Amino acid sequence: MLVVPALAGLAFLVLPLAGLLVRAPWATLPRRLAEPHVLEALRLSLVTATVATAACLLLGVPLAWLLARTDFPGRRVVRALVTVPLVLPPVVGGVALLLVLGRRGLLGQWLESSFGVTLPFTTAGVVVAEAFVAMPFLVISVEGALRAADQRYEEAAATLGASRWTVFRRVTLPLIMPGVVAGAVLCWARALGEFGATITFAGNFPGTTRTMPLAVYLALETEPEAAIVLSLVLLAVSVVILASLRERWVSAP
Amino acid sequence: MVTGRLSRRAAAFAAVLLLGTAGCGAGPTAATHAPADGGGGGGKVTVFAAASLTETFTALGRTFEAAHPGTKVTFNFGSSATLAQQITQGAPADVFAAASPATMKTVTDASLAATPATFARNKLQIAVPADNPAKVDELKDLADPRVKVALCAEQVPCGAAAVKALDAAGLKVTPVTLEQDVKATLTKVELGEVDAALVYRTDVIAAAGKVRGIAFPEADQAVNDYPIAVLTKAPAGDLARRFVALVRSWQGADVLAEAGFEAP
Repeated sequence: MLVVPALAGLAFLVLPLAGLLVRAPWATLPRRLAEPHVLEALRLSLVTATVATAACLLLGVPLAWLLARTDFPGRRVVRALVTVPLVLPPVVGGVALLLVLGRRGLLGQWLESSFGVTLPFTTAGVVVAEAFVAMPFLVISVEGALRAADQRYEEAAATLGASRWTVFRRVTLPLIMPGVVAGAVLCWARALGEFGATITFAGNFPGTTRTMPLAVYLALETEPEAAIVLSLVLLAVSVVILASLRERWVSAP
Repeated sequence: MVTGRLSRRAAAFAAVLLLGTAGCGAGPTAATHAPADGGGGGGKVTVFAAASLTETFTALGRTFEAAHPGTKVTFNFGSSATLAQQITQGAPADVFAAASPATMKTVTDASLAATPATFARNKLQIAVPADNPAKVDELKDLADPRVKVALCAEQVPCGAAAVKALDAAGLKVTPVTLEQDVKATLTKVELGEVDAALVYRTDVIAAAGKVRGIAFPEADQAVNDYPIAVLTKAPAGDLARRFVALVRSWQGADVLAEAGFEAP
């Protein structure tokens, strides 16, 4: 009864990928891959997605804890706000970031005048755009894990005199580790594929802000075949990394 | 999204399947042909046009609908190269208006369009924010490393024209960003994120007051021709020919000239 829709769902997700594989110009693939600009874009993508994920972990895990473990007025509204970047069209997200962090933005003006820091058109800007779009995935996963975790362990630790920080570090975090890793993986994958907010906020310049998705987009303008190759590279790299992570982490005790 | 562009094509393809108007020239599409006596009669014509034609073609579409009661003109505006891709992938379009002969060539090479005709020409200008913070007043100011410049990517028509103009001036400009189409480039100027950009004169006019345009002599070396063609597999061939005729008539020329295009 369940198998038919399950297989239909699988076909729906996998067939477009098969389409890419079928249409890929295998003969010219090695030559295209060796091009320095491809490697440059790939490196930039991997670095920015990883840094963005680290930033999301630093800010997102405490935020998830706040949403799951404390009670404050307006918590529902805050949770809804956290998911805004998920529903915001990415280009709109990029414009919103410009209006806040751009040269004439609310915070951007002050950043430039006080520290001489400008985010748009820099690699840091790419990280900001990716983190903005990907963080909700992490927060939602971790919050779910926190709600599902048995709180009696934390209570027991607290009655034995552990401080809030110690409880979080020694009890809560190990308990929810699979959830954190799953969230981080989702977050990383989303950051890796980020296009709209990146090109709007950080622009597109080889070596600084041209990530793989941007390179794919531009390749499509002139050479669809090259775009397919680039997409496959990005997919292959992400699948390999995600699969190896899963083996290592999500089979938690 | 990694495959954003691909999925857009897939969506176009799905639309083809769903609407049943796949360019095989059979079936329900025959119903969309207007009678030959010019009475309109509820046809639908789909026009794929370059992003820089958004304002002018929207206006001409309204004129066309008024002249042919019951017809509906739908537009798909975007980067010329993307539109050419969608057409070669079988998107159901009747008319293609591109911002460069090269992108039109993609479609004619696939024998999907009859002979294209040039209906307008467009020139580059330097666009600067209204308050011109970097005090840009000529092309060579863009070569100053302290001036933040946005250009279109070389793969899109406005970028190819920018490269031509800068080469003609013998200037080496390092932009902070290479944008995916001319409207995105203009947005960076409107928001004041860059000090200058090379966009079309028509875009400066369309951005009324939000940016300032500065003409420069080398722009004459990089004029963009806009070709238009009826697609060979057009579901609404007759209406498509009439729409192209309108664009190339004095009415069309008026609208285009008002927007800042030059006559071919």
